[in-house]
Amino acid sequence: MSGLIIKGNTCDWEIICGLEIHCQIISKSKIFSGASTHYGADVNENVSFVDAGMPGMLPVLNEECVRQAVKTGLGLNAKINKHSVFSRKNYFYADLPQGYQITQFEHPLVGEGFVKIDLEDGSNKSIGIERIHIEQDTGKSIHDISPTKTFIDFNRAGVGLMEIVTKPDFRSPDEAGAFLRKLRTIVRYLGTCDGNMDEGSMRCDASVSVRPVGSNELRPRAEIKNVNSVKFVMQAIEFEAKRQVEIYESGGEIEQQTRLFDQNTGETRFMRSKEFAHDYRYFPEPDLLPLDLSDEFIAEIKSGLVELPDAKQERFVKEMGLTPYDASVLTEDRETAEWFEKAAKGHDAKKVANWMMGDFFAMLNEKKISLAESPISPENLGALVELITSDVINGKTAKDVFAIMVETGNTPEKIVEEKGLKQVTDTGAIEKIIDDIIASNPDNVAAYKGGKVNLMGWFVGQVMKASHGKANPGVVNSILKQKLD
Amino acid sequence: MTELTKLTIAQAKKGLKNKEFSAVELVEAYATKMNKGKKYNAYVCETVEQALEQAKQSQMRLDRGEGGNLEGIPLGIKDLFCTKDIATTACSNILKGFVPPYESTVTKKLLDAGANFLGKLNLDEFAMGGSNETSAFGPVVNPWSKDVPLVAGGSSGGSAAAVAAEMCAGATGTDTGGSIRQPSAYCGVTGIKPTYGRCSRYGIIAFASSLDQAGPIAKDVRDCAIMLNSMAGYDAKDSTSANVAVPDFERFLGDDIKGMKIGIPKEYRVDGLNKEIAAYWDKAAEMLKARGAEIVEISLPNTKYALATYYIIAPAEASANLSRYDGLRFGNRVDGNTLDEMYINSRSAGFGKEVKKRIMVGTYVLSAGYYDAYYLKAQKVRRLIRDDFIKAFEKCDVILTPTSPVAAFPIGDKSMQDDPITMWLNDIFTVSVSLAGLPAMSLPIGLNEQGLPLGIQIIGKAFDEGAVLKTGFALEQDVNFGGAK
Amino acid sequence: MAIDQETVKKIAFLSRLKIEEDKIESTEDDFNKILDWIEQLSEANTENVEPLVSVNECSLQMRADEVCDGNQADKVLANAPMKEYGYFGVPKVVE
Repeated sequence: MSGLIIKGNTCDWEIICGLEIHCQIISKSKIFSGASTHYGADVNENVSFVDAGMPGMLPVLNEECVRQAVKTGLGLNAKINKHSVFSRKNYFYADLPQGYQITQFEHPLVGEGFVKIDLEDGSNKSIGIERIHIEQDTGKSIHDISPTKTFIDFNRAGVGLMEIVTKPDFRSPDEAGAFLRKLRTIVRYLGTCDGNMDEGSMRCDASVSVRPVGSNELRPRAEIKNVNSVKFVMQAIEFEAKRQVEIYESGGEIEQQTRLFDQNTGETRFMRSKEFAHDYRYFPEPDLLPLDLSDEFIAEIKSGLVELPDAKQERFVKEMGLTPYDASVLTEDRETAEWFEKAAKGHDAKKVANWMMGDFFAMLNEKKISLAESPISPENLGALVELITSDVINGKTAKDVFAIMVETGNTPEKIVEEKGLKQVTDTGAIEKIIDDIIASNPDNVAAYKGGKVNLMGWFVGQVMKASHGKANPGVVNSILKQKLD
Repeated sequence: MTELTKLTIAQAKKGLKNKEFSAVELVEAYATKMNKGKKYNAYVCETVEQALEQAKQSQMRLDRGEGGNLEGIPLGIKDLFCTKDIATTACSNILKGFVPPYESTVTKKLLDAGANFLGKLNLDEFAMGGSNETSAFGPVVNPWSKDVPLVAGGSSGGSAAAVAAEMCAGATGTDTGGSIRQPSAYCGVTGIKPTYGRCSRYGIIAFASSLDQAGPIAKDVRDCAIMLNSMAGYDAKDSTSANVAVPDFERFLGDDIKGMKIGIPKEYRVDGLNKEIAAYWDKAAEMLKARGAEIVEISLPNTKYALATYYIIAPAEASANLSRYDGLRFGNRVDGNTLDEMYINSRSAGFGKEVKKRIMVGTYVLSAGYYDAYYLKAQKVRRLIRDDFIKAFEKCDVILTPTSPVAAFPIGDKSMQDDPITMWLNDIFTVSVSLAGLPAMSLPIGLNEQGLPLGIQIIGKAFDEGAVLKTGFALEQDVNFGGAK
Repeated sequence: MAIDQETVKKIAFLSRLKIEEDKIESTEDDFNKILDWIEQLSEANTENVEPLVSVNECSLQMRADEVCDGNQADKVLANAPMKEYGYFGVPKVVE
């Protein structure tokens, strides 16, 4: 049970929360026009006459946006609706050029699905997906250039969005946070949304209500708009739930309302009540016919689907012998997982995972660089591990080789070869060194035999020193034991 | 040589080809007529200079033995078509000063075919009206007017009047509920509304997207066929445009109509149908019969609901289509202290009475709580109406009806403005066809007692304009209207 | 379904249209006449009838994902009643 229980004086309260997430679809051009979706263009440059809502302009649907939403639906284990319908959502606002948003209402592209989330206590939970529909994004209002005017930039207007609506399955801010992180991982795996909440390419509304533990009533909810980080979503839910409990505890009532999250104070504030909710006057978009997808279209997307994090994680544990924890870390994003798989190919996967999560990640952190910028290729890390497992070098030498790999980008084989770091496994050569050391240290030999067994370490050290660190420690140990015991 | 403006497009094409006159002379002849015809208020923007330039280019192509289907033909364009770098207003104050930086697909195709544009033609504001009296530029005067000025019909009143007064060789019109056919009937000219989806709507200012369709208004059936050849065709920029082959419409003219089945809908003989109109209707049927066609009675039982259905669906779509006129990106702005004030001030000053009425009706029928009772109900009845036609066409090839229950009436006629509905009732024979998306043509059938023209309507199956044109052409031979005012 | 003056005002606001105080009554009258008239639809039997959304029988065509438009801010802004620094301008919006 991972739910957050809020203790009250009259009873204990639980949270009922659902999320609506707007994800900007990754596509080259906008959902209904041929203008670029590229972020950061000059003001009003990525605007077609369609995006600007000019008279007589008509929308034409971008197939890639449909493909991406279907892909996302499949990634969320959801039902793809072969028949869906676009609708107009009518309201006036400066950043909405047509005076309506083209969206989907009664017949969304994607129906019910679910997402498995992993919780901190090691348990997991399934969160229901209600639907995903596709729609156009709005432009942007800029309020801080002039004291008397608001300025409008329509570059974002018409960029494709997927609105993912969950069922009210969250019982704690932690669950909502885990879900958002998981969703971000999934859409990034699929390449359907870049998932950057701080840049606004993923935006979240949370709807929150509370009820006494044990009851199954549904009380009026507050909808919190546009919260732009996972942390803020969690904060907003917690604040809002506690606020509602306080009101109920003091005999008050909650009315359905829309609230805004203030990221400076961590509080939510009133925006509008239900009576002032917009009357959106949805009706089927007459400029677009209903969308009918063929089985082949969906099958083709399905067959091209990448392996998703859940499946990957399971495979890493079952087939590669990783611990569930290691597997979850290495599958958190697709690049890491793919890097790891490349590195582990043909080598001891468990050892590769250790190296990657240890020295390798530490190096990336220290250098503040991304995986893609790593001076060590996955093949080379795999080769390094291979040198260890095949007793060519020992663990200690490997650390030195790793450091040189970071500096030079050379293959470990080349480094070992050039620097003559190959460990000595020739028992004859090692035996000779050991004989010399035993001969020249009779006191310590006597002390060892007399019971000071921890002198073994000293002997090993001497041998390693004499071999310039190249002697195979396993071989050294077993010959020493033979000779001394 | 006959007066050049009396020539049909077909005759003018021949004359140009045979070098009987030049394209420039043709434009000049029409320009003279335009000057003489200013009292009709048909043009809201004249582009004669540009037409002369185009005519010179056309002549050069003709001299080289080249040139398109309409090379050197002077046309008038309904001011609902966006024309690049030429003011386009939809005859509304809210679009005062609007100059589109783009060309509608239909006008582009006409230009590509070599047509020369004489100017933009008057219409009811945003095509909402049946008498051209709602235009911000004032009403068009019917060239058939005698003592009192009569309406030219609407909404393509300027187009029909300009053709009737020989101020252009042909004109573009648009038809949403009868806007090509009804003014054609009032002005004694010929117009065809093709099947919905036959002509691209790209660049045509939208009134009701699921109904709007462009078509030609011209001196006779052949000219309509010639113009339609250059207007029709699939356009990837309009998602509702039909991806079907376009036949050579002229080819159908003169085909034998022997054995064709002509449907007469029994329900259209409404109580109180004007006796003259009823008589002409019978006469038209007799003429077709004399040519070997078979007259069959058909039933369109849901026609009685067509007007009410239309006046729910069209205003609903219009209410959303006209939301983009908000004073923000183009058109007329009347400032306000807040965004909403600016919207309200701009829209209240910019839209005329009829447009406001329809926006509000449309808003109401879509608003929360009324959608099912009005809009959804209307969509269901729309299916019944369409199914009536499908069934009727199992028994016949085309359907014959009057175009309008009345002839042109005086401008400002009190009886038409008694209540908000009377004027709408004039659409009774045309709207059901629009709701079903079918092709239909109006051609003159004769004069009434006052010497005013009356129209007859021929309705065809979807994408069977050929049968409509063939029947119309046969009828035209027998009617021998030929009467200009 | 007769409507009252309050509804007329609400609909006018949703439409962003102003109705002068002295016109509200006549607008209400007109409205009710229109609604009475379209009320005739209620007698049509539409049981088990699917709403007709589009007369086209083809299904929606989609376009390939290509950038082929934009880079024309001057044209987009050409008709703007108020523009500054490449933006469209409106009265200050307070959120």
